Amino acid sequence: MPADAVRPPHFEQPLLQTPFHARARALSQVDSFIPWAGYTTVDVFTHVEQEYFAIRNASTLYDLTPMVKYRITGRGGSAYLNRLVTRDVGKLKIDRVAYCVWCNDAGHLIDDGTVFRFGENEYRLCTAERQIDWLLDSAVGFEVDVTEITEEVAALALQGPTSFAVLKAAGLAGIERLRPFEIGRFSIATQPVTVSRTGFTGDLGYEIWMVPGSAEVVWDALMVAGRSRGIRAIGSQALNVARIEAGFISPKIDFLSAERTIRIGRERSPLELGLAWLVDFDKGHFTGRRALLEESRRGVRRRLVGLDVEGNKPAHNALLYAQRSGKHEIGFVTSATWSPTCKRNIALAMVDAPHFAVGGILWADIYLNRELVWERRMARSRVVERPFFAPDRRRATPPADF
Amino acid sequence: MSIEEVKSSYDCVVIGAGHNGLVCAATLARSGRSVLVLEAAGQVGGAASTREFATGFRVSACAHLLHLMSADLMRELNLAGMGLEYAAVDMPTTALAAGQPPMVVSEDRLGSEGAAYVAYAARMRRFAAVLAPILAAVPPRLGTQRWKDRLALLGAGWRIRKLGRRDMRELLRIGGMNVHDLLQENFTSPVLQGALAADAVLGTNFGPRSPGTVLTLLYRLAAQASAGAALAQPKGGMGALCEALARSATAAGADIRVSTPAARIVVEQDRAAGVVLESGRSIAARTVISSADPKTTFLRLLGAHFLDAGFVRSVNHLRTRGLAAKLHLALDRAPRFTDLEPASLGGRLLVAPSLEHIEHAYNHAKYGEYSAAPLMEVTVPTVNDPCLAPPGRHVLSAVVQYAPYGLKEGWQHGRQRFTDLAIDTLEGYAPGLRASIIGVELLTPEDIERDFRITGGHWHHAELAFDQFFMVRPVPGAAQYLTPVDGLFLCGAGCHPGGGVMGAAGRNAAHQVLKQVS
Repeated sequence: MPADAVRPPHFEQPLLQTPFHARARALSQVDSFIPWAGYTTVDVFTHVEQEYFAIRNASTLYDLTPMVKYRITGRGGSAYLNRLVTRDVGKLKIDRVAYCVWCNDAGHLIDDGTVFRFGENEYRLCTAERQIDWLLDSAVGFEVDVTEITEEVAALALQGPTSFAVLKAAGLAGIERLRPFEIGRFSIATQPVTVSRTGFTGDLGYEIWMVPGSAEVVWDALMVAGRSRGIRAIGSQALNVARIEAGFISPKIDFLSAERTIRIGRERSPLELGLAWLVDFDKGHFTGRRALLEESRRGVRRRLVGLDVEGNKPAHNALLYAQRSGKHEIGFVTSATWSPTCKRNIALAMVDAPHFAVGGILWADIYLNRELVWERRMARSRVVERPFFAPDRRRATPPADF
Repeated sequence: MSIEEVKSSYDCVVIGAGHNGLVCAATLARSGRSVLVLEAAGQVGGAASTREFATGFRVSACAHLLHLMSADLMRELNLAGMGLEYAAVDMPTTALAAGQPPMVVSEDRLGSEGAAYVAYAARMRRFAAVLAPILAAVPPRLGTQRWKDRLALLGAGWRIRKLGRRDMRELLRIGGMNVHDLLQENFTSPVLQGALAADAVLGTNFGPRSPGTVLTLLYRLAAQASAGAALAQPKGGMGALCEALARSATAAGADIRVSTPAARIVVEQDRAAGVVLESGRSIAARTVISSADPKTTFLRLLGAHFLDAGFVRSVNHLRTRGLAAKLHLALDRAPRFTDLEPASLGGRLLVAPSLEHIEHAYNHAKYGEYSAAPLMEVTVPTVNDPCLAPPGRHVLSAVVQYAPYGLKEGWQHGRQRFTDLAIDTLEGYAPGLRASIIGVELLTPEDIERDFRITGGHWHHAELAFDQFFMVRPVPGAAQYLTPVDGLFLCGAGCHPGGGVMGAAGRNAAHQVLKQVS
């Protein structure tokens, strides 16, 4: 929306438009929009497979603006974040990004997100869901200022093997030196932008942050620079396939925020979600530490695992059984897809102890709709390591000029 | 012995030498623990101290009547042997009302209301007896599988059931009611209604129509039941009680240091490991027990960074706004209340002439103003204990409600007007009082917060309401005198069963420490 336009009252326009909306609208061929965190965003521009293959073989632009962003400043900023998240933020250097999760007192996951460190006590926290109540409650006793800045920052994810080449063509001097999880300052078509080498695809890629006024100029410049590198805009569906291949979890799909569950036992701990590597028990106290210590002593009751499912039918919503007979239920699939790049039928699944060990065999009860007739198939599934797809190109510095 | 001479390591360090801290320390010391009590002020007692407010005039700083401390506890700590004497016991309560003779609240003095009062008082005593054992025990935890927790809940249920069908129904009916409706059902005299309602709302953030005020009344009656159900005045003021407690603790081997404020609680490897004093000195301890209010303990002495955010949110949301002020008058002669019997002057006088009077007084406080016509609980301690003032002179001590913490206009502006208003109210009942005043002190909740280091200046540290009661007092996760940090315990009024000069929190906490830390 142009800056000088008067915004209609919220009840007439319940979903906001991002600064990239006009560009997205023009490219949308199937008119498939979905709400995300109060914004209308593209689910599919043309066709999900076309968009997916652009992620793995060329370059893609994805509008990240609805990602909820908080500015965290003040003398107690570092102490505050270290008490909030399970990871040791003290180890995060300036101009670096860390993937983090945070929990409630019971050690149950509230959300995951990325922490950007811009200065000694200047951070940005990016999350998929709004968290201001928890962030402010966590601020009691800390000299810290937490402000939501979602609308002040527009963001694009530029992901795919040719993304580095696109940025170089767009004139970003020194972009070849930017390492994974590093933050740099550049300009695109004279507009200042902040670039982080981060993403949700598990591939080579960048996230580009700017003021909303620069949004359309930057979008246009990247589209021009990427024309010979196969750049295309993508929606959430294609991204979802890529993130499952990368083994990333998604809120409201693989876990529910503990603050939003109603039924007992629907919460998930980071240990259950296979995120023990993010939990640093030695860094000092953080919210949920005592509960997580107790859980790690006791052992987790269930764990999120990767599954390699036989056949080529995605195991969407499948219940999992210990035997083919389907008598002993031991879990369920949370995310499933056919992986076009791995040529494997993959899934993320929540599996009860002790069945989650890598190498174990489970049975997925898959329902198939074949021309409106439902069929059921017990598919042999093997517990495998995540991620399913992790190409070396994502880490290479300087990246290859595909 | 100065602080430099105390040991550098103790089994237990108790923060605060108020009555709960001292009871806890004495109980622990008697069980063989080495105990150090740290007190910020220059004397023991905290809010339960005796204070010189004008040259030669002394008065109990907050509570001025002793009626809640259990007789068992006082025997256990041998307070009589430690020098505690009473200036008066079985003190009468007299209700004052403009244009009417004072009404002595006693079974045989209430005329046509007498029979109703006898029945009401007997019933409330039976209910209080059901609740009394709850006060003297560590509350059970909800949702555990432990048979002890279940047994405690079953026990309370069984005692209620044992009341018999009629009483049980009545207790369950009135338990959640407000005291206004209860008294309307039972009595017709506005003065009697007002006097009985005063006990439900004194020291609280409630008016008679506030929900849960029958519970606060029953709580007070339950504590009185364990104490022997009589108002008493310690000789030398409330401070004398705490001095006796201190002697009892010292006799059992505890060290007590006044003028020694604790700066922070030391945590090592997620366990309380001692205390750092404001002087910078560290004292190691296996157990730290804080009688400070929960906000002071968790947010100031410990620090939010050692606690989970949800727990801190609960602590931060504790309702701790005090509404009771204390008025102290130094008088050059005994006050002359119109038509008051001489015996009544040595007892408790209530300015609570009707339920409506109290409710109106409370209305102001809801909006951050002080009451235009306050509720008052008045004593003239020098009638029973002349040594509190120079010969022939007197002290008047009054709890004045409502005087909210965080007064909208600010207490620096409201102080003088509210003081005048309280004195004018008294002048109406005791003509000539103003002319006899030679010294005045008003302690607002903000003064109480500053002088006694109680967040919000609330006498109970945290509002005594159903949602901050028993198994959830002060907050879930710290309701059994335990805290999320191993080795750190609470023992103050913010814990079950709350404040008033009762000491039950201190004693229950000591038992919890003895159970948890061998």
